[in-house]
Amino acid sequence: MEPAAIEQKDESAPAIRAGGVPVAFAIMLALIAAAPFVTYPLFVMQVLCFALFACAFNLLIGYVGLLSFGHALYFGWASYVCAHTAKVWGLPPELAILTGAAFACGCGIVAGSLAIRRQGIYFAMITLALAQMMYFFALQAKFTGGEDGIQGVPRGKMFGVLDLGNELVMYYVTAAIFLTGFLLIYRIIHSPFGEVLKAIRENEARAISLGYKTDRYKLMAFVLSATLAGVAGATKAIVLQQASLTDVNWPMSGEVVLIALLGGLGTLFGPVLGALIILAMQYKLSSFGEWVLVAQGAIFVLCVLLFRRGIVGEIANFFRIRL
Amino acid sequence: MLDRVSGALLEISDLQAWYGESHILHGATLHVNEGEVVTLLGRNGAGKTTTLKSIMGIVGKRTGSVKFEGRELIRLSSDAIARAGIAFCPEERGIFASLDVEENLMLPPQVRTGGLSREQIFDLFPNLRERLKSQGTKLSGGEQQMLAIGRILRTGARLLLLDEPTEGLAPVIIQQIGNTIRKLKEQGFTILLVEQNFRFASTVADRYYIMEHGKVIDEFANSELNQNLEKLHEYLGV
Repeated sequence: MEPAAIEQKDESAPAIRAGGVPVAFAIMLALIAAAPFVTYPLFVMQVLCFALFACAFNLLIGYVGLLSFGHALYFGWASYVCAHTAKVWGLPPELAILTGAAFACGCGIVAGSLAIRRQGIYFAMITLALAQMMYFFALQAKFTGGEDGIQGVPRGKMFGVLDLGNELVMYYVTAAIFLTGFLLIYRIIHSPFGEVLKAIRENEARAISLGYKTDRYKLMAFVLSATLAGVAGATKAIVLQQASLTDVNWPMSGEVVLIALLGGLGTLFGPVLGALIILAMQYKLSSFGEWVLVAQGAIFVLCVLLFRRGIVGEIANFFRIRL
Repeated sequence: MLDRVSGALLEISDLQAWYGESHILHGATLHVNEGEVVTLLGRNGAGKTTTLKSIMGIVGKRTGSVKFEGRELIRLSSDAIARAGIAFCPEERGIFASLDVEENLMLPPQVRTGGLSREQIFDLFPNLRERLKSQGTKLSGGEQQMLAIGRILRTGARLLLLDEPTEGLAPVIIQQIGNTIRKLKEQGFTILLVEQNFRFASTVADRYYIMEHGKVIDEFANSELNQNLEKLHEYLGV
């Protein structure tokens, strides 16, 4: 067949320009490297943990289109398991984090197998119900310390060499964990597997009729997301040297939705910026007590009404770049 | 009706299908022999598209028999039917908007050996080569149709179900699609086509089935077209 004049070619929207991701990544890397010298390392470490948590959540909502309302389960329980194994079993931090992440992975397999059979609001409700079941278990179980949580978790020495008691060492280890998770997510969404996930998000019926067992892909994405959320939660337990009920309760599942939405669903850097803004707000407005929640609610409403793509999503759309 | 050729590639008998409470197919029976291009004709709402969707298992409920290469498919899931070697190109084309042309083209899994290579697809549709990095939804209707057909050729499926591939396209593109279907037939592909554009269908089809009210009511070969024209006008209302 000869090339022919094609009718109705749509040239109205300019093409997406390349180069946005490397530039944004370089800026993020520079900021992470410099941050402990200009602000409190502990605050930035918390931001990095929440950023990884939100990136993991975004892998599911942004690239598969599944809204989990129970991601606190993986974040909070990995935090408990990591804190317990580091404090009671005496595991070194790297093994404690891995154990926490493995527990989150196991929970992800069980919860994901049940939840992916349903879609939309039913999917969200199943994930929420399972997370709340595990919240009550955390509240009742003895090893979690009930309302007191697990306090005084030792940071220890990573690989027997890196003394995490040193704030700067702890900071760069946290940064390395975040960057590893971030780059892993980047690799996932730019792999053939990621393309199938995007195809499922856009038109699952079509992906099925092309021959894909979409449930398997959704489950794999769910488990990856839960595991990475677990890495974030476990790292947070080492950073803050505690695990608490707050991390496993439903407002935490809501907070990660807000972080991802504010930054930009389906963008790489959106959850990172969202985590920075929400945590900075909580930190700066801490003197206003519960009013922080009102401010967060207002931001949520404004975000949905005014910039539905999120901050990074709007920037990417304005400059016609991928972020 | 023509005698059934034994060993048909696709045999459908008493196929019934429902969308929710609506009973759409009322016992459709037809067959497609290997290497044939068979066209389903009928007025809007006759059940042509539903027949293709029922073959692929993407309707709410279906009963009857759908045999492909002698294997019963009626209880299989849609993805298993695709992996059995049947590929479906829907009317709305189903291009994934966030993927570019290359990603859309490379996405389908290879269900069998013998799928067309990228170069072979570009030989059929040179326009796609020029638009490789364009987003799927930035293509014209004709290019989207080429991509939708090209994409299923990669899978290695030998039976292609094409649902109104010429809908909304300019005459020059329709001609291209027709040439492509003839080339595919020469390469041994079997095609079940749903088409409203009878003039186009008559240039590619070996046989026709006429559908009305969810059933096949008539069948004739392309060589018998002239004897059946009057009847056909009556069926199709043209």
